[in-house]
Amino acid sequence: MSTTSPALPVDQYEPPRRSFYKRNEIAITPWLFLAPAILFFLFYVIFPIYQSFSVSLYDWDGLSEPTYVGLENYRELMDDSAFEVSLWNNLKWLVLYLLAIPVGLAIALFLNQTVTGIRLYKSLFFFPFVISQVVVGLVFTWFYDPTFGLLNTFLGWFGIGTINVLGDPTLATYGIIIAGLWPQTAYCMILYLTGLNAVDPEQIEAGRLDGAKGFRMLWYIIIPQLKPATFIAFVVTIIGALRSFDLISIMTNGGPFGQTRVLSFYMFEKALSEYGFRMGYGAAIAVVLFMIMLCFIAYFLYSMYKEEKGH
Amino acid sequence: MFPTPIEKSPRSWQLTYQALLPIALIFWLAPLIAVAVFSIKPDVDFTQGNYWGVPSSFEGVANYGKVFLESDMPRYMLNSVFITVPTVIGAVALSCMAGFALGIYRFKGNLLIFFMFVAGNFVPFQILMVPVRDLTLDLGLYNTKTGLVLFHVAFQAGFCTLFMRNFIRQLPFPLIEAARVEGVAEWKIFWYVVLPLMKPAIAALSVLIFTFIWNDYFWAIVLTQGPDAQPVTAGITSFNSQFRAAYHLMSAGSIVAALPPVAMFFLMQKHFIAGLTLGAVK
Amino acid sequence: MRTMKYWTIAGLAVTNLMAGAAFADSHSAPLSGELKIFLDTSNPAPRATMEKMIADFGEMHPDLTIETTVIDREAYKTQIRNFLTADSPDVATWYAANRMGPYVRANLLEDVSDLWEDPEIAENLASTKGAMTIDGKQWGVPYTYYQWGMYYRKDIYEELGLSEPATFDEMKANCQAILDAGKKCYTIGTKFLWTAGGWFDYLNLRTNGFDHHMKLAAGEIKWTDDSVRQTFANWKELIDMGAFVDNHQTYSWQEALPFIVSGDAVEILIGNFAVAPLRESGLDDSKLDFYQFPPMDPSIPLAEDAPTDTFHIPAGAQNKDAARAFLKFVVSADVQTEINNGANLQQLPVNAKAAVDDDKFLKEGFEMLSTNSPGGVAQFFDRDFPAEMAAEAMQGLQEFMVFPDNLDDILNRLDKVSTRVYK
Repeated sequence: MSTTSPALPVDQYEPPRRSFYKRNEIAITPWLFLAPAILFFLFYVIFPIYQSFSVSLYDWDGLSEPTYVGLENYRELMDDSAFEVSLWNNLKWLVLYLLAIPVGLAIALFLNQTVTGIRLYKSLFFFPFVISQVVVGLVFTWFYDPTFGLLNTFLGWFGIGTINVLGDPTLATYGIIIAGLWPQTAYCMILYLTGLNAVDPEQIEAGRLDGAKGFRMLWYIIIPQLKPATFIAFVVTIIGALRSFDLISIMTNGGPFGQTRVLSFYMFEKALSEYGFRMGYGAAIAVVLFMIMLCFIAYFLYSMYKEEKGH
Repeated sequence: MFPTPIEKSPRSWQLTYQALLPIALIFWLAPLIAVAVFSIKPDVDFTQGNYWGVPSSFEGVANYGKVFLESDMPRYMLNSVFITVPTVIGAVALSCMAGFALGIYRFKGNLLIFFMFVAGNFVPFQILMVPVRDLTLDLGLYNTKTGLVLFHVAFQAGFCTLFMRNFIRQLPFPLIEAARVEGVAEWKIFWYVVLPLMKPAIAALSVLIFTFIWNDYFWAIVLTQGPDAQPVTAGITSFNSQFRAAYHLMSAGSIVAALPPVAMFFLMQKHFIAGLTLGAVK
Repeated sequence: MRTMKYWTIAGLAVTNLMAGAAFADSHSAPLSGELKIFLDTSNPAPRATMEKMIADFGEMHPDLTIETTVIDREAYKTQIRNFLTADSPDVATWYAANRMGPYVRANLLEDVSDLWEDPEIAENLASTKGAMTIDGKQWGVPYTYYQWGMYYRKDIYEELGLSEPATFDEMKANCQAILDAGKKCYTIGTKFLWTAGGWFDYLNLRTNGFDHHMKLAAGEIKWTDDSVRQTFANWKELIDMGAFVDNHQTYSWQEALPFIVSGDAVEILIGNFAVAPLRESGLDDSKLDFYQFPPMDPSIPLAEDAPTDTFHIPAGAQNKDAARAFLKFVVSADVQTEINNGANLQQLPVNAKAAVDDDKFLKEGFEMLSTNSPGGVAQFFDRDFPAEMAAEAMQGLQEFMVFPDNLDDILNRLDKVSTRVYK
């Protein structure tokens, strides 16, 4: 961290009144400017990551002295059916959350017009993203409610019986994912709307002359130009999927009987919830989640690195 | 422009499109519209099973009045403000400086530090949860707004620095060179040359961070408890346990809790979208 | 003049009585310094009750500065571990039995066995001593408790020509009649799991008795044991009948109340705290009544759930003298009568010399617990079982209520958890 760039050679002919700082201004300034952010970040982000790794090797209830247990917590994870359920649900989240990207693109294409009032339409379509996940969760809980929810009222019109989405262990996770997709799709939509604005009109014209239309035009000419938007949409969607916590906590509290847990929720439940006293075990779950995330982080950083080199 | 502008398509499709827009919007916002309708209904509608009919009376004023006068909601809202605003200021200030350092200077480890911020920003919260909670307890900042603000500032510094650094990279570098040639001190270059140029980025980032922090729930429940320090996202859940099954009040409460970021979005739409989509185009 | 004198004396008498209770055997110097009290009684009515009680205590000790903090009841459950380790108050509310276990074992609560040697407490609070005891020592005092049982729609019972069941078979027969009338028997909301724990408590207490139940809680009986299976078999009969409301796994207990208010369901197994919201929604005493969960096997003595809420002194408290005096004050007969009456907590006093409020449900509950619970008094599922076991088990109970056929799987899982919890 402390690799200051090679100090300027001390120039003896320099007038002596110039202070050390003045002489090394270019080298020192960036570190002065960086210091607060780096300190904060090390203290609250980097160091805790290391601590979590170390806590995960202990049996600790958060009250008394921790006992070192080595990899015992991890061994127990291998044999924990709730952990397995959480892992599978995380996978479902990851895969299905990516639907936000094509759906967002579709809505963006639908709205990319210049009729009167379209600006307001765009804002209103984007609106769900601004609302907190807590409220989105509440809204969708009522939407799915088996007694009065809009969904079942709607299904009733078609003579379809009541579906208790959040009470059905096989459906509940999908129900929550759909709730999560709502704001996430809005986010992807806005990314694509901006991207579409910047699509090169000449290339579209050239494509038209070549006879490309509709889907072919979209696939061969538009989408390649939307690559930066797609990359960001991909990044934020993956992060969003792995961070899913608020919706689960609000909509089902992990239930019915633990079938909607994901790693992030299970971790919280084990470590800090009403009956959770297992800090070490929770930390071990968090480490697993971190490892999964690390694969994506490595990929994102690699992409960015290539980009930086390209400049 | 893609798809083909509507003006160039047949009249019939133009009309269909105009009709489709509001229908699509109603479907898209249906769950939210439902809550808005709930929030103005009287409670007898719920006990009598009149969930979706016309409200038997308009109780909007009474319901929202209750939210403001008979619950801790105003306190939670105020807490949210006192958490969100300092966080925005802190995170933006830190990242302006860090972004300036990373965007303007070439030095060893520049990219490494930059990537540290980027990677940290993607980290799952849960890996930080146990240590950050202990840290906050040890500092005596558990269940205080300060504790929450400090953490948020530190964590958001990652994203903000990424944002600011990329923005500064796009500034005209010759401007800075010129200033240096004139012998302007580096901090003065930051203050008088770069910072004014960063105004749009600061605006965009502020609006964005405001929304993120206002909507934070996870850290709110990990680091704070009760109406003394908890923000409104966490407050809404205790509000709900107070008025469990009183759907009209819960709806009104939810709408109140969601309002500030929504207002922020509509007022600052240009900046908001500029912030979100930075990097989506080249 | 005479009347005035009379009142003065009466007033003095009361003051003496109260002071006497508080100072039963402490002739030490008057209390001074600061007394920090943390409360979880965050709902408006209990909050006012507690604040009034603390103000009364403060008046008796003018040199004492009392600082009261009221914390949201749900938040308190996780916050307690923070303030006990970091910044202890002098007195804190909590729950009896195993719920205090983790804090006792971590040496975070003060041993108050000395208080329990005082005859005032030893004699009058004898019935609750067990719930306050871990490792042969007492770690706090109770301040209120309440009964659990079947609350039902009296008017619908009359309409259908039913009467309170005296046996489990009668209870099932009643339920069949209710189902035939197109209603559900029991409403329940299991989203937050513990309500299912109440059903298990009663079914197991009736099927296998109090001692068995406590052995199960202590990990001495396996979940896969045939006796436990019998409990689930009895439960399954009700489930197979369709006795419980549908979709209970999506509701909280409060969200399940509208079913009984509307008459779509007729009964609910719950604690006495449900009476207040039910009355508020319009079920007056002509429509709402109570019966004790009926026996299954006459040879098994009846036992009840009666969760007890408690006061403790954290180990890190600064003013333990004042804290002890406060605990004594809280359990004294007059204070108990006052804080548990209908205008206040609407629950049962823990002191045998205190008077029970003149409320239909409280009287019936008190009667039941003091004369008709020979088997013993349990706290509640999540207070009797260790935290981790309770969490896993209640989740299994919910699963069982939705998918009774998963029972084997659930019980095997619980056995696995128990080998770790009780190691």
